[in-house]
Amino acid sequence: MLLREVEYARPASVGDAVRLLAERDGARALAGGQTLVNVMKARAASPDVVVDLNGLEELKGIELGPDGTLEIGAMTTYTEIVESAEARARPILGEVCAQIADVQVRNRGTIGGNVCSNDPTNHLPPLVVALGGTMTIRGTGGERTVPAEEFFLGVYMTAAGPGELLTTVTIPAGKADGFASLPIGRDGTCIVNVAASLDGGAPRVVVGCVDAVPVLVRPESAEDDAVRGAVRAAGLQPPDDVHAPAEYRRHLAEVLAVRAVRAAKERAS
Amino acid sequence: MTPETARTIAVDVNGVSYEREVEARKLLIHFLRDDLDLTGSHVGCDTGNCGACSVLLDGVLLKSCMLLAVQADGTSIRTVEGLGSDGELDALQQAFADHHALQCGYCTPGMLMSASWLLERNPRPSEEEIRRAIQGNICRCTGYVNIVRAVQAASGQEVSE
Repeated sequence: MLLREVEYARPASVGDAVRLLAERDGARALAGGQTLVNVMKARAASPDVVVDLNGLEELKGIELGPDGTLEIGAMTTYTEIVESAEARARPILGEVCAQIADVQVRNRGTIGGNVCSNDPTNHLPPLVVALGGTMTIRGTGGERTVPAEEFFLGVYMTAAGPGELLTTVTIPAGKADGFASLPIGRDGTCIVNVAASLDGGAPRVVVGCVDAVPVLVRPESAEDDAVRGAVRAAGLQPPDDVHAPAEYRRHLAEVLAVRAVRAAKERAS
Repeated sequence: MTPETARTIAVDVNGVSYEREVEARKLLIHFLRDDLDLTGSHVGCDTGNCGACSVLLDGVLLKSCMLLAVQADGTSIRTVEGLGSDGELDALQQAFADHHALQCGYCTPGMLMSASWLLERNPRPSEEEIRRAIQGNICRCTGYVNIVRAVQAASGQEVSE
């Protein structure tokens, strides 16, 4: 497939990358490219300039702090997360990354790309919200942090706006997490997915694939009935499509929320 | 770092060095096939789903239709032409032949690269591990059973009934 003509830049630093992104309206950051290159083929996106982040070592790697906090560079691949000894501090991260697509995509696709593309069927947006993550965003004016639950703004839209770059995803210490999904075939696109965490007070249950952004639900307890009731009370209005009618997605959201919370409870004990 | 619509890249493919000017919009698979005449890697779906274009880039398995050729500058690439030597098949290729692991053969280059990547990292994979390793490769003849058997045989294991 021949893409539309595009300019390519390989910045030498995050500062250069941000400057390039800010200079041109039609500039897009190229992370793993496992989404962007495909949407460029389909002409669903036609950036004038792609700013390749692949050479930027400062965006790669996982650091585990003394308090158990994980600092994950935005350009860290799924495979690197799956295989990282540090990332095992929060085991759900590697477990979910191992369910994304296939070997080739996991070798190239990145955590930053997954959350910044914010396709509603992606795995990581609900997960980072459930885990209480924090996103660090760099722009020409400096750096700011945004809680994961405020990062996702709409389909394909996040708080990392034009001229900005997500640099780090910070995940606090914890372990009582669960994830449940109904994918189209093993490791396929999710029809509904739910991430849950019991660390830090009332359960954080986050439903993906049912709205433009991950939906955070806070049941009063981790009991099945409380979880099911809280998801029902959220009044989800999921899309209808060839894979599932809206009613079935609503049903799945409740069932998968219960499964995700049960998995989190098992890990807590 | 100034944005450019084309640039000169240097790559090593199967041990041979190449320097070529490529357009930024050219996908790596087309660079391999059209510019270097290495037509072993196939374009199956062009949407990143089928894996027929899989290659190793600096030792990492990926789909060459989801990478711009300019991104490969300075890397070392291995394609299906790089398997075996002096016209002889390697053990994995021979096992594919022995176990009828190809029907139309279109997916074979990608299957071989995925299976090579697996065996480099995991010399005696279980059947489940083999199946997951070729998850990103679609065989539209649906000949998966024989492909799994071939990988088992190539790794010196008993072949599933």
